[in-house]
Amino acid sequence: MESNCAIKMEKITKRFGSVTANDGIDLELREGEILSLLGENGSGKTTLMNMLSGIYYPDEGQIYVHGKPVQIASPKDAFANGIGMIHQHFKLVDVFTATENIVLGLEGEGKFDLKKAGKKVEEICKRYGFDIKPDQKVYDMSVSQKQTVEIVKVLYRGADILILDEPTAVLTPQETDKLFAIMRNMKADGKSLIIITHKLHEVLDVSDRVAILRKGKYIGDVATKDADQQSLTDMMVGRSVSLNIDRPDPVDPRPRVVIHGLTAYDDLGVKRLDNVSFTINSGEILGVAGVAGSGQKELLETIAGLYPVASGTIVYNDPKTGKQVDLVGMDPMAIRKAGVAASFVPEDRLGMGLVSTMGMTGNMMLRSWRHGHSPFVERKEPEHLAQEIWHELEVVTPSTSFPVRRMSGGNVQKVLVGREIAQSPSLLMTAYAVRGLDINTSYTIYNLLTKEKMKGTAVVYVGEDLDVLLELCDRIVVLCGGQVSGVVDARTITKEEVGLLMTQHRKEA
Amino acid sequence: MAKNTKKEPLFRMSKRGEVMPGWKAWGTRFIGFLLSLVVSAVVIFAITGLNPIEVFAKMGEGAFGSAKKSWVTVRDAMTMLCIAVGLAPAFKMRFWNIGAEGQILVGGLASAACMIYLKSLPGLVLIIVMMITSLIAGGLWGLLPAVFKAKWNTNETLFTLMMNYIAIQLTSFFVAQWENPPGSNSVGVINGRTGNQGWLPNLFSSGFNKDFGWNVIIVLAVTLFMYLYLNKSKHGYEISVIGDSQRTARYAGIRVNYAFVRTMVLSGAICGLAGFVAVSGSSHTISTSTAGGRGFTAIIVAWLAQFNSIVMIIFSFLLVVLQKGAQQIATSFGLNKYISEMITGIILFFLLGSEFFVNYKLRFRGRKEK
Amino acid sequence: MIQLLTSAIAFGTIIMFGAMGEILIEKAGNLNLGIPGIMYLGGIGGLIASFFYELNGGTNPFVGILLSILCCMACAAVGGLIYAFLTITLRANQNVTGLTLTIFGGGVANFLGGSLNTIAGGVGQISVPITSAGFRWYAQTFAGENWFMRIFLQRGFMAFLAIVMALVLYYFMNRTRTGLNLRAVGENPGTADAAGINVTKYKYVANIVGAGISGLGGLFYTMDYIKGTWANDGTIEGLGWLAVALVIFASWRYLRVLFGSYLFGLVYWAYLYIPGLNRSTLELFKMLPYVVTLVVLIAVSLRKKRENQPPASLGLPYFREER
Repeated sequence: MESNCAIKMEKITKRFGSVTANDGIDLELREGEILSLLGENGSGKTTLMNMLSGIYYPDEGQIYVHGKPVQIASPKDAFANGIGMIHQHFKLVDVFTATENIVLGLEGEGKFDLKKAGKKVEEICKRYGFDIKPDQKVYDMSVSQKQTVEIVKVLYRGADILILDEPTAVLTPQETDKLFAIMRNMKADGKSLIIITHKLHEVLDVSDRVAILRKGKYIGDVATKDADQQSLTDMMVGRSVSLNIDRPDPVDPRPRVVIHGLTAYDDLGVKRLDNVSFTINSGEILGVAGVAGSGQKELLETIAGLYPVASGTIVYNDPKTGKQVDLVGMDPMAIRKAGVAASFVPEDRLGMGLVSTMGMTGNMMLRSWRHGHSPFVERKEPEHLAQEIWHELEVVTPSTSFPVRRMSGGNVQKVLVGREIAQSPSLLMTAYAVRGLDINTSYTIYNLLTKEKMKGTAVVYVGEDLDVLLELCDRIVVLCGGQVSGVVDARTITKEEVGLLMTQHRKEA
Repeated sequence: MAKNTKKEPLFRMSKRGEVMPGWKAWGTRFIGFLLSLVVSAVVIFAITGLNPIEVFAKMGEGAFGSAKKSWVTVRDAMTMLCIAVGLAPAFKMRFWNIGAEGQILVGGLASAACMIYLKSLPGLVLIIVMMITSLIAGGLWGLLPAVFKAKWNTNETLFTLMMNYIAIQLTSFFVAQWENPPGSNSVGVINGRTGNQGWLPNLFSSGFNKDFGWNVIIVLAVTLFMYLYLNKSKHGYEISVIGDSQRTARYAGIRVNYAFVRTMVLSGAICGLAGFVAVSGSSHTISTSTAGGRGFTAIIVAWLAQFNSIVMIIFSFLLVVLQKGAQQIATSFGLNKYISEMITGIILFFLLGSEFFVNYKLRFRGRKEK
Repeated sequence: MIQLLTSAIAFGTIIMFGAMGEILIEKAGNLNLGIPGIMYLGGIGGLIASFFYELNGGTNPFVGILLSILCCMACAAVGGLIYAFLTITLRANQNVTGLTLTIFGGGVANFLGGSLNTIAGGVGQISVPITSAGFRWYAQTFAGENWFMRIFLQRGFMAFLAIVMALVLYYFMNRTRTGLNLRAVGENPGTADAAGINVTKYKYVANIVGAGISGLGGLFYTMDYIKGTWANDGTIEGLGWLAVALVIFASWRYLRVLFGSYLFGLVYWAYLYIPGLNRSTLELFKMLPYVVTLVVLIAVSLRKKRENQPPASLGLPYFREER
């Protein structure tokens, strides 16, 4: 038995229903190294790691920790083996303090003493250079602070093997650099780390070795010093793909929507949008960048009439009639009745954009159910549209009445985007349109958006991947804490500059 | 040092990858139902010493032992069906209308009031006026919680529940007002000796409440209406979307709050009509037990039928037949009628449990998947 | 006036037991609408135990009390277990399952309460004079001396047990490790799971223990308030629903339950002290507790502070392998 393996996974298989998420995977993590686990969305990285952290239990295969065979049936078993996972979606209780979250689930001896625990938390923070306050409530924290709590939680439990699931997805480039410095610190401290990611430059930046998954199978590993972006992409995707997204010049850009002084509060009274002003032009793709939760969702929902506006105006210029309409104060039905051809692909596809229990036809009706004067709904027209999208976008589904929630993520998105584009919109807003999709489907979506742009539609693309934003969009609005911190030309700006804007609050004018 | 020697868990469950075919799903539910019968029979055996065959024979006798008994069974099943059909639109949009009891009572009160104060009206006109007033009364009882839900998102479960008790006290008030004979603390049979004004007549013969009555026609018409309303109409589509996700509904331009109010008025109105059916079509009196817990049982009928009005017919009959049977056994042993609620509870527990096996599958340790 | 206060304390105590159990259950993320049924089961369970004890010649009130409390909690806990199994393991809808439990509990209790004597071969009403007197021993001895004793010593020891229990539960929920873990389960079961907390176990234990506590409300009603008999007039059901409403009013906090329950008790009996009512208008004023609850519900829905919100996962099932 090799003794220099912190973790060894042997022939691990995991199925969900008829889907095989992991198929006979062998993986090794050596002592004191940083291993990158690379793969596309849906390639089974998270599932594989969840079997180390005790969230899932493998159907087949064996796991060894420091050379010993172990069964990890629960997160508790994982901790007992010194394995700690920092999940992509934070596992924190919002109404608890940092310390409460950190000691959660621990079996201590003697009296339950939160103060003592708080002191220990402070010690760990000092040692690795974290900045969080033990008594701060999680709902008051920034995204990167929440991530810090997650890391401290794992260290508090004495983990020597850390798994980080896409830790940089929600961070600015500067925060990412800080995180990587901390990871190197921990490595120097003798810990072994796995980082899950699909961003190649990060792989090359931080890790010692790269292991690659593709479609639930283990492809192989390579020492980072022997790898470059192209070779990793080939292994990840299975063939060479161009990283370039086709970007034609904007077509006759004219102001389609002019937003001025937009301010909005959530139902707890927290300011979500703060005096936001910018213009959406026809015939171009406008990117919206920002750290998660900077007001992107609220911005799109105010334009769609789904979020209450406290002050400001959203003026829509109708390309057909030349009339101007202020959308503030209208609900979606009023907006549609005013003749505004706005389409919206929301972030929450199944919870907002689609009716998860209905099939494609029922979901097409979401746009057309009001047509006609009869009290009964018309089914022929939506059925026809469903057939069209099914074939043109190659949606994988047994029938147009198959519930969309049972479809895969990519197909769900095709149904949603297909329907929204079929409305021939003059304004098309998309939020995280490619999140969770494989590369092929992502490119299908990019192409659809570019095609819309060429038709003269005003396209808004809210995204999290800066590389894509810089390659796809014409202009980018950067949001920070609900404010616009900059409107920049996507062709000339660098990623670092955007990253700075994402953390830089605008000076009060 | 890893001290972990735990085995793989005994069994694990996972969501079914595909939708279970209809016959299999109903088969699963049927097995659940059979199991509940077995358990009920064991309970009855433990209490009375009747052997299981006798239990079921006695039950059958209780439900269909005579023409009159058969009619009573059909009549009560129709009332149950009417309530369940009324609740369906509210529950389909995930509005927890626990207030059917109250809506039935105020509907019944309105009918009784018409029978008492408007008995000089011609027969058919009186019946129609009773139907309309009971629809309005029930609708109002449904309107109130919906308005508060729409305006301030007030918890509708408890709101409708409290409305039940307000309706009960209102009924107590009117029972004391209309007391007949004085001191009896009940209203007695209304118009029993003065010409049966406001009683729903028999369908095929003269007289009242001996043979199939107009209850059947009224309730089946409402059932058919609800089936078409929920499955084919624009309102029905709105209700389905709201039931799946309110955010999707808002996104699609559905005015959710307005739909809440509109649907709850309809739901309350039909429950109010059930109060009319109960008063005019069977008891011909009003008391705080006119609803008698059926407002709760019907919720589960509607839920188990997955809001399909046609399937509700089966479930209503099933429950009423078993309740009548259990009551027959209780009576012949000098026990009280609450046994039927106990049996209802057991059956519903099993039916609720069987839904799990429709939606999930178990995988036992060591067994490979197909 | 004194009678109003003693009645308020009695009903307040019943509601308090019900609400304390429900908070424990809701903190684990389960909204149990079966509380009235559970209180019924608890009430009848305790009554049956002492009934058989006295029927078989038992005369020691302590044994009677012990048996009836144990049997009460056991019966109520079985109700909680049925609910827990259906909603946690079989993932049935919580509201529908709770309502079914209320129908079932009411059916079982009213059936046995009315028929037990017949089944046991006797005639007439159940009565358990010895045990019931035991539940109220000092109340019978001391009450009536002066106004203070008449208000506070009119009820048996369970009235004080309720207060002690509220304080203990407060301490448990806010100052212990297990309490912290339980709250995490109700707020975010996924997080609790990842932190190594056995979510299923916590939910089951909370549901079963919570049901046991709620059941004591039914026991207090049968043994103390109506002195060891059975009444199938639906009082327990009404009080059970008020207990569920009190949980919202108290925003899931034990100390607020302590005061809120007596307030509910006062409102319940307020009609006794409204002058000039006749038999029918009296019935109208009996609406008062329910109308007040409605007003409270509306008021609660207007306040939006984060500290007053229900446990975030309340009413939702948890299934780890869902994806």
